Amino acid sequence: MSDVRPPAAAERPDGGIRVSGLRIDGQSGPLVRGVDLEVRPGECVAIVGESGAGKSLTARALLGLTPRGLSTRADVLDIDGVDARDLGEPGWRRLRGARIALVSQDALVSLDPLRRVGAEVAEPVRIHEPSVRGTALRERVRATLTRVALPEPEVRARQYPHELSGGLRQRALIASALAAHPAVLVADEPTTALDATVQARVLDLLRRIADEGVAVVFISHDLAAVSRVADRVVVMHDGRVIETGDTAAVLAAPRDPQTRALVAAVSHEPLDRTARSGPPLLAASGLSKSFGERVAVDDVSLALHRGRTLAVVGESGSGKTTLARMVVGVTSPDAGTLRFDDAPWDAARAAGAARRRVQLVQQNPWGALDPRWTVGRTLAEAFASAGVPRAGRRARVAGLLDEVGLDAGFAGRRPAQLSGGQRQRVAIARALAVAPDLLVLDEPVSALDASVRARILDRLRRLQADRDLAMLFVTHDLDVVAQIADDVLVMQDGRVVESGAVRCVFTEPRHPFTQELLAAAGIAAHPGGTVEDPRDTAAHPGDTA
Amino acid sequence: MPRPRGSARRLLARLGGIAASVVLVLCGAATLAFIAFRIIPGDPVEVMLGPQAQVSDAVKAGIRSDLGLDRPLLEQYGAFLGQLVRGDLGESYQLRLPVVEVIGRQLGSTLQLTGAALAVALVLALASVLLGRGRTARTVLAGIELVVLSSPVFWTGLVLLSVFSFQLGWFPVSGARDPAAIVLPAVTLALPVAALLAQVLRDGVEAAEREPFLTTVRARGATPLRESVHHTLRHASVGGLTLAAYLVGSLLGGAVLVETVFARPGIGRVTLAAISDRDLPVITGVILFSALVFVVVNTVVDLVVPVLDPRLRRAPSAIGRRAAVPA
Amino acid sequence: MTAPGRGGAGLTPPTARPHRPGRAVPPRRRRITGRAVALSLAAAVLAVLAVAAIAPGLLATHDPLLTDVRGALKPPSSAHWFGTDQSGRDVYSRVVHGAGRSIGIGLLATGLALVVGLIAGSASAVAPRPVDAAAMRVVDVLLAFPEFLVALLVVAVLGPGPANVAVAVTIAAVPVYIRLARAQTRALAAAEHVEAARIIGIPRPLVHLRHVLPGVLGAVSVLATIGIGTSILAAAGLSFLGLGPTEPTPEWGLMLSAGRNLLLQAPWVALFPGLAITATVVSVSVVGRVLRARAEERGA
Repeated sequence: MSDVRPPAAAERPDGGIRVSGLRIDGQSGPLVRGVDLEVRPGECVAIVGESGAGKSLTARALLGLTPRGLSTRADVLDIDGVDARDLGEPGWRRLRGARIALVSQDALVSLDPLRRVGAEVAEPVRIHEPSVRGTALRERVRATLTRVALPEPEVRARQYPHELSGGLRQRALIASALAAHPAVLVADEPTTALDATVQARVLDLLRRIADEGVAVVFISHDLAAVSRVADRVVVMHDGRVIETGDTAAVLAAPRDPQTRALVAAVSHEPLDRTARSGPPLLAASGLSKSFGERVAVDDVSLALHRGRTLAVVGESGSGKTTLARMVVGVTSPDAGTLRFDDAPWDAARAAGAARRRVQLVQQNPWGALDPRWTVGRTLAEAFASAGVPRAGRRARVAGLLDEVGLDAGFAGRRPAQLSGGQRQRVAIARALAVAPDLLVLDEPVSALDASVRARILDRLRRLQADRDLAMLFVTHDLDVVAQIADDVLVMQDGRVVESGAVRCVFTEPRHPFTQELLAAAGIAAHPGGTVEDPRDTAAHPGDTA
Repeated sequence: MPRPRGSARRLLARLGGIAASVVLVLCGAATLAFIAFRIIPGDPVEVMLGPQAQVSDAVKAGIRSDLGLDRPLLEQYGAFLGQLVRGDLGESYQLRLPVVEVIGRQLGSTLQLTGAALAVALVLALASVLLGRGRTARTVLAGIELVVLSSPVFWTGLVLLSVFSFQLGWFPVSGARDPAAIVLPAVTLALPVAALLAQVLRDGVEAAEREPFLTTVRARGATPLRESVHHTLRHASVGGLTLAAYLVGSLLGGAVLVETVFARPGIGRVTLAAISDRDLPVITGVILFSALVFVVVNTVVDLVVPVLDPRLRRAPSAIGRRAAVPA
Repeated sequence: MTAPGRGGAGLTPPTARPHRPGRAVPPRRRRITGRAVALSLAAAVLAVLAVAAIAPGLLATHDPLLTDVRGALKPPSSAHWFGTDQSGRDVYSRVVHGAGRSIGIGLLATGLALVVGLIAGSASAVAPRPVDAAAMRVVDVLLAFPEFLVALLVVAVLGPGPANVAVAVTIAAVPVYIRLARAQTRALAAAEHVEAARIIGIPRPLVHLRHVLPGVLGAVSVLATIGIGTSILAAAGLSFLGLGPTEPTPEWGLMLSAGRNLLLQAPWVALFPGLAITATVVSVSVVGRVLRARAEERGA
């Protein structure tokens, strides 16, 4: 029986990883400056920051995997007792997998889809311990899969990555990193592609691995995940470390203004707007839709008023996108009724002038705009559809760009020259150009940084106020719900499991699924009707989220 | 895991589907050939005899009825299909021999040539992909492959013949008996196929290297050789395999040209003679032979690809699936 | 471990996209210069060939049909840049005059095939499913074979002759464009930005005209530039086999066929026509690839 557990931390005094003065330079200047990091065996240290902060580059540098063309230097780079500062490629190869290992995002693309799980897990052993073969190798694979709590390891080892569910896949990926017993594990956004409930369990696994004596470096943009798993946190911004300390302390009382902005960008109070009376602008009753055998939406009812936002939240496969498309009128429900402005509403009736009253901002900013057209032309086309005469279109385009916070010069650019946030603003502008009464947005800000997200949501709220828009907002992010929505609909497997005002649902969730979601998002519910704001109270070490 | 009974039934259904496709394609090709010959202007008997022939109308009528060309169209079609089912492709107008025999006699030589060329092409392509790893090497190889693909295969054959046979005398000029005589023709035929295959494989390897899973492989401490052999080549070969039918077709078409250049016996000679003599049964036979090759190769590819790429195992095989057009 | 309050934990990110919010893409300068060099070279070669095709008299030094039996099989010299052939004709001038035929057939076949393919492919994409499926089956069978083989089989049916070669090469070129036009039409018709245009209220036919068709045309044109080379090769191959134009027409494939028998005494007779074919096809391919790379970078 081969030894599964690595030697206890106390026996390896210089295990773990120590970095001092790490510097990565690119062609246009330094990308990472003066980063210090120390992770002892048994510790989990998180590196947080927005995209472009240099977290992933730092992670790659720890494995000697910085992209070609970048120069990496450090005053101290000590990996499990080995001085890695001047290692050539063969030297790095000896370290990788054996002393330090990497877990990336999304096992579906991070594991070789053409190889069985068992072969992937066995590979580090084959590379670094070639004497382990045959039965001994199979036993090692089985033991490693058991270590990551993968049920039925013998069966799973013979399967391919696409045959496993997201959570099991990620565990298999972690197993393939641990197979050769590395002392250091670098996890780069390991749970970002997972559903929240699954994410929580994988995070607990990472915590357990750290407790077993591995030094874990956890890179993430997700502060709730970080708080669940990390002992200490290192905050990076623009290539530098701006703050470091114990996780709870830093997140509860950040000192650096950037860190404070980071924490504030993901912790919002729910909206508190006055309710609207009168008949709803859109009313849906008993909507259902199936695709072949798969039931996407099952008996969903909702109501939307002018000037108010309804958020629809759910995990992947919950039916929220199908519901949104039915509301817009591009998909016809199999059963149920839709009424818009007190008249029946469906794909056939959504034509001509009526078509313009309900608009959609799609999920993917990269596909939503015609890549061959300039921004100005795309928006002019929308105005043409709204009946604006040719002469006035240019001025209207400039005005609309201003309304979504883009400079008038953007009219001459093509989508390939825009960032994700800019494209999304253009998509929103296009939807608004035809002056709709109801705006449906399908995950419009998910692919964006937290600060960009906040700005766009801010602008959406203002546009809503100016135009008295009704909004249906599909999202998976509960913090976005808090920023933008008055009411929320929680969906699971095509059904509505809970609905109501955001404040009520967040403080008193009744359905277990809602409770699970809130817990995974790190939102502490308080009976009594108020939601706890971390800045008001001191942290309590005994609480669990 | 599917239960044994279910998988056996699925296997039978699949085999049945494949057989049905084979029959359909062959019938389709045969019908197309039949129709094509009947709609082209000109009386086949006159074309056969040539413009100079001084033959009386009665003799022509006799030949026509001999060949069954005076009976109603549908009857001819029925007879044609009936013959096909029995494996009888009719008789060559010119040689008065069964078409099957005419083609069959020359088939061996062509198969030898294409087989050797395929082997050489595989070796060259793999060498190019595995050995050309640096950026400059890749650019140079890509340039060479572009030139090779742009050169007419009959010209490269002539150049090779000129240099290696005439000037240097390393290889015999012609002669089917001498084993060394197959080297130059095989290499000539292999070059464009190797170039195309190398291009497709290299594109596949480069695409695979950009995939995230390769970062994971590198992070395990794998050497570049391990990366290629155990990971990227497998991904690239799926792309290469879907081109197999096209590559085999390339070999067949090229064989006609190469056999002409090097004066080798084979299907090329048969086809060319048949074309200039307007020997319709032989031409039909060649068309059907090409269709058969196409079907066989595609079936093999359809069976092998799911073995390589497990993600495709659920999807039903489509005989018409083809990778992006190579260019 | 305490929770700090509301974190931004998501339920599900919409896609498996890594957390890398897009940034504006700056153009990469280094690659473009290498590509520009290749493009200029190719364009220069094509310019010369265009002159040779349209006005061969400007470039040729002799009459391509003028025979001179005593001056036969002379090696390249200052009087005859590419030497003379078996009838004493100047090889260089014959190569220049042959450019028009080869390039002409390449352009004609590709142009016709493009139009036919575009119409048939777009129609098939919007046709009812059984029609579309049947049509694509036929196309797939044809597509499995390289153009030369299909052209050879068509000539086998039609009989030899320069007109038949042109027809055969055209027919052989069509399936690729049908396939591509159909694939692009289907992909674009289902694209998000096309759906977005419909949602803002643009009528369906206008959406198709403005958003789908230009994309299809763009993709097909890029393929066409590369396809010209393939057609030229197929036509030359058929001529080499003696199925195309006959003597004394100056045609590159035909000249190679004649040169085959003279390989020992006069290799230049075969060398230069073949070089001309290669240079033409390489240049056309380079232009096509550069166009394709540019289109991909624009994100189309």
